[in-house]
Amino acid sequence: MRHIISILLENESGALSRVAGLFSARAYNIESLSVAPTDDPSLSRMTIVTTGTDEIIEQINKQLNKLVDVVKLMDMTADVHIERELMLIKVNATDGERDEVKRLVDIFHGSVIDVTDTTYTIEITGNGDKLNAFMEALSSISILEVVRSGLIGISRGDKAFG
Amino acid sequence: MELTGADIVIQSLKAEGVEFVFGYPGGAVLHIYDAFYKQEDVQHILVRHEQGATHAADGYARATGKAGVVLVTSGPGATNAVTGIATAYMDSIPMVVITGQVPKHLIGNDAFQEVDSVGITRPVVKHNFLIEDVKDIATTFKKAFYIATTGRPGPVVIDIPKDVTAERCEFNYPSEIKMRSYNPTVKGHIGQIKRATELLVSAERPMVYTGGGVILGDAAEQLTTLTRKLGYPITNTLMGLGAYPANDRQFVGMLGMHGTYEANMGMHQCDVLLAVGARFDDRVTGNLEKFCPDAKIIHIDVDPSSISKNVKVDIPIVGHVAQVLDNFLKVLDETGMEPNTSALEKWWAQIEEWRSQDCLKYDSASELIKPQYVIEQLHELTKGDAFVTSDVGQHQMWAAQYYGFNKPRRWINSGGLGTMGFGMPAAIGVQLAYPDETVVCITGEASIQMCIQELSTCKQYGLPIKVICLNNGYMGMVRQWQEFFYEKRYAMSYFDALPDFVALTESYGHSGIQITRPADVRGALEEALARKDELVFLDFITDKTENVYPMIPAGAGLNEMILV
Ligand SMILES: Cc1ncc(C[n+]2csc(CCOP(=O)(O)OP(=O)(O)O)c2C)c(N)n1
Repeated sequence: MRHIISILLENESGALSRVAGLFSARAYNIESLSVAPTDDPSLSRMTIVTTGTDEIIEQINKQLNKLVDVVKLMDMTADVHIERELMLIKVNATDGERDEVKRLVDIFHGSVIDVTDTTYTIEITGNGDKLNAFMEALSSISILEVVRSGLIGISRGDKAFG
Repeated sequence: MELTGADIVIQSLKAEGVEFVFGYPGGAVLHIYDAFYKQEDVQHILVRHEQGATHAADGYARATGKAGVVLVTSGPGATNAVTGIATAYMDSIPMVVITGQVPKHLIGNDAFQEVDSVGITRPVVKHNFLIEDVKDIATTFKKAFYIATTGRPGPVVIDIPKDVTAERCEFNYPSEIKMRSYNPTVKGHIGQIKRATELLVSAERPMVYTGGGVILGDAAEQLTTLTRKLGYPITNTLMGLGAYPANDRQFVGMLGMHGTYEANMGMHQCDVLLAVGARFDDRVTGNLEKFCPDAKIIHIDVDPSSISKNVKVDIPIVGHVAQVLDNFLKVLDETGMEPNTSALEKWWAQIEEWRSQDCLKYDSASELIKPQYVIEQLHELTKGDAFVTSDVGQHQMWAAQYYGFNKPRRWINSGGLGTMGFGMPAAIGVQLAYPDETVVCITGEASIQMCIQELSTCKQYGLPIKVICLNNGYMGMVRQWQEFFYEKRYAMSYFDALPDFVALTESYGHSGIQITRPADVRGALEEALARKDELVFLDFITDKTENVYPMIPAGAGLNEMILV
């Protein structure tokens, strides 16, 4: 099953490689990984999307917790939570395609953030499914470039992780 | 007063109560060596190869429970140390390894003798540090020793650029350290302990299975008290030998690939298994699908990630083994719960029947020296109380099977990584820690050659180690597998250019004896042990074809042993 694991990590050089190294050394899957500092500059928040059997997920959580740089860890999957990912996508847009693309961007609540005579660059956020659906909707359009931020997540309600 | 970074390194070691640093100099650590020269508090032991330094520190740590300390230079010094760091990591041995690094402004430049030591060692350390500021040295050392020795212990590497050791600052060694991201104090859950005790006493066919965690956690006493009180059979893993006295009737021997018939059958048929400080390693469990099919399992370990990693357990207890076992005893006392004695009587009758198979018997009438006989004689002469280090191979298994360890921390071997070359340098660390005790290195003619240069270190420091080489002219364990599983195609497992070990030892300034007849075995051992002040190398020419039995082939269950 797919799990989203949120980690608060010492903002130290090498901390990221400890996490990434753990996943490769133990042959765990990483679907996506995103990391950036938080409001406390000594801490980074990392979100990892991974898949595995219940036993493997349990081991992933335990092994991550064992890393000395990991301050706190939460498997968000069981809780009600919000997932978001940012995608920037550059597509061919000439003649009739321009209206068609614009219409799709509106439907998906994205925005066009850069324009040339022949291309649009689009920004869109949402959960992974929404971004995938948007790319599918663009199937008749030629996609030049896709950048995705990797998923981040936060729990719903007044509960705060930190 | 301001000190240089190099002096701060020494002062930090002193503050940690470090007696010995095992090391080898080089450019990046010369400031630190200069600081060593000017003091007498911490003794530096000069090895002949950095691998030797790590194994010596490791042996010291296993025998004493204190962190072993290593100092090596950058680049090749650090890479040579990696095998020893990994060896310590796999067996959870507390160690602090200081590696020199090129000056900060050259890092990342492919400078002379630069390697990314933090990157290379990352997968084989509990944690590692790169110190970038002289002001961080003292706290980093405090953290390193704290991390290495608490919780599930392990090696910690501290990488220090050369320029940092020349800079100056005030020295203040922290008396305490707190880390928000590392909190190793875990107390066993008392509710779980009660449930576990109830299950334990309800057992009809109980088994106690204990590993290196009992040794590392200094819980042998609690384990022995509890096991005696319950009257249950107990088996130890390779790493756990000595946690329970081998000469006690309740001890059924080692389990696993080369475990005894009674231990493995007992595991296979038990209905309640108490696993303490053990990690269900593949060499212990055999085929997981056939492992302990009828058992409810209680597992005590300080490391939550060891629990339900390979085998799903019924009652997990995370905590320090000594404290948890104390609580078991307390619960038993308070509730007056008692084991099921009539069931236990039947179970013991079954175990005695297995035991009567005498699975460790061997041809004692042979004209050739049987390696098992050498170990048995050594056991008799040292009463099972010597410190015994070993290398890796058949000799290691025979030492484990036939020596009979009665005390913890006496059996010093590389179980997890299985590192040939470990035995000799490990013995150096043990002998330095216990100068008046008998320290024996049981080795093979292949393994000993992997770190034989350390005979020179033994000469320099006058270490009277007894080397017992079971010389079968083969990489015996490899030969055994080739005999069993590769139709006797002995690819590369035979040496036809062995050195004359007696002459070799003599050239290092020690003495050696070659023994070729069974009748001379005991006398040679007696003579070597009597020479209290010198290293003696005993080269026993043993039966080339002897195999280690019992053996569980890959993929088989614990009840599917190959017997003699
Ligand atoms: C560094 C290292 N290389 C290779 C091996 C694989 N290996 C395991 S046992 C063994 C043979 C050991 O031979 P020897 O030291 O003569 O001991 P014996 O088995 O004959 O008692 C080898 C090569 C190992 N364990 N460690």
